[in-house]
Amino acid sequence: MADRYQGPRRARLATAGARAAVESVFGEQPRGDRISGMVFRALMLLALATALVMLTSLIIYSAWRGWGRLDLDMITEKPSRIRPEQAGYGPALVGSIYMIVGVIVLVVPVGVGAAVYLEEYAKKDRWYNRLIELNIQNLAGVPSIVFGILGLAFIARGPIGLGLVVATGSITLALLVLPTVIIAAREAIRAVPSSIREGSLALGATQWQTISRQVLPAAAPGILTGVILAVARAMGEAAPLLLVGAAGFTPFLPVLFDGQYSALPVQIYRNAVEPREEFQTLAFAGVILMLAVLLAMNSFAVWLRNRYERRW
Amino acid sequence: MRYGWVTAAAAVAVASLAVTACGPAGQGGGLSIKVDGSSTVGPLTQAAAELFSDRNPDLRVGVGTSGTGGGFEKFCNGEIDIADASRKITAEEAEMCRAGGVSYYELQVANDAITVLVHRENPVNCLTVDQLRQIWAPGSQVNNWNQIDGIDYDAELTLYGPGTDSGTFEFFAEEINGDKEEQRADYQDIGEDDNTGIAGVMEDEGAMFYVGFEYFDANKDRVKALQIDAGDGCVAPTPEAVQSGEYQPLSRPLYIYPSRESMQKKHVKAFVDYFVDNSAEIARLAGYIPMTDEQAAKTEQALSDR
Repeated sequence: MADRYQGPRRARLATAGARAAVESVFGEQPRGDRISGMVFRALMLLALATALVMLTSLIIYSAWRGWGRLDLDMITEKPSRIRPEQAGYGPALVGSIYMIVGVIVLVVPVGVGAAVYLEEYAKKDRWYNRLIELNIQNLAGVPSIVFGILGLAFIARGPIGLGLVVATGSITLALLVLPTVIIAAREAIRAVPSSIREGSLALGATQWQTISRQVLPAAAPGILTGVILAVARAMGEAAPLLLVGAAGFTPFLPVLFDGQYSALPVQIYRNAVEPREEFQTLAFAGVILMLAVLLAMNSFAVWLRNRYERRW
Repeated sequence: MRYGWVTAAAAVAVASLAVTACGPAGQGGGLSIKVDGSSTVGPLTQAAAELFSDRNPDLRVGVGTSGTGGGFEKFCNGEIDIADASRKITAEEAEMCRAGGVSYYELQVANDAITVLVHRENPVNCLTVDQLRQIWAPGSQVNNWNQIDGIDYDAELTLYGPGTDSGTFEFFAEEINGDKEEQRADYQDIGEDDNTGIAGVMEDEGAMFYVGFEYFDANKDRVKALQIDAGDGCVAPTPEAVQSGEYQPLSRPLYIYPSRESMQKKHVKAFVDYFVDNSAEIARLAGYIPMTDEQAAKTEQALSDR
């Protein structure tokens, strides 16, 4: 499409840009512009500061309230009613890990497949393709509790009938983040210049060879980043899991298709509403643990992007 | 560099597989017992499960707390082995269980009391059931303590209470207003988060909050529990008064409902037997009021009934 050789045009644009930048710094600006510029800047800084202050106060407050329990027991120990000062998030953490691994396994093939179809194969003017697209956009905005009800009615009970087990939680979360993954994967596939595709096709590759050997490898860092961010969101969800059976007290490691399970956010919630002080301290410590896990996942996504992203 | 992303993806995949693979394998797929239901009874069953698991480490006893109603729904659907209940099963729920082909034992395991909490500085010490009804009746206009008959204390009355799907709400409304769904609607609904109600009563001199005994027990130094007069004088919510039946009408028995089908399994039977035999110790550990000897005998009797 619009991906011709753009050398001279780019050079012209660059010089024009540089000139404008120099002029805006050294040149005289009208007074009104200067003031509105300053006001705008102040507003932007305020917005940034609000976000940062919220995050830091959350971290500081949780660390302060949960300080007594920021220990290794919190990660390795199981929940306990009798020994609240030793209770931990072990099984909940493992439950969360099972579920996000399940989410990745389910969501990557389906999400990437859907994105490939929509970007590479689908004719955009067909009504059914437009319908699919509209649906995906809408699904991305559906509240998570609705997915919980879906999971309860169709996966835990009903036609699939897996019961209230980890696998059900995992599938429910996968459905929840699937639209996000499709949108991110489409974005990544779209960012691959069409000159790559055209080059590949011109050398005699079939469409599928082009997609599997050129487009997908080039889009992979973007897709992976999107998947990790979506999975991080899935990991923080408590509401849908409450509906599909995540329990507050499971002092054993979960099994994929049998028995009860828990998840980190659900366990934090259960601890927070307990009457005894020890559990509330543990809940705040859990918030710090949760933030640490999420930050690690997000940092990994950023690192992945910076490490493998190609510029065209 | 060219296949860098492949390596990265492979690393993620391998790590994921390793995690999934070693989890269940290390567990050996022991026997499981699934319990769900009342968040009031939950802590008791959890204490029982913990003590029992200490002796039988292969057993996986999980306890959910999705409410008495939510527990019975799963129970009658055959999804769990034991339902925790802070009230008796209703006729409607019993019908649901019959339709689902689930029959059960009804076993009392402990006692609970609903306590009416106020600020420590509140001069009022005792309320009659009639006064409570005056405050909490549907459409009640009482917004200051001095509007309550026979009370001379000028402070704005702020009411905190649990959400309508809570067993505590149903029990309180039934005992005070005579209908488990009827209560004034303009109170601070704290949902299932009882700590919010405790915090409210700690900060506001005119606040009132009703909650299970356990929450009062954990916050004894911070809030005051009112004595209740059901016609025979003021009675404080103490374990003794609850056991002797003097703390009326806000004392209630707590139940577990094991399904007869699950009780055919040795490990479920062993767990329930253990729970019943050690109910006093378990109640003490979880901060509840144990059964009287008479109640305990009745539970043993119900259990041996085939």
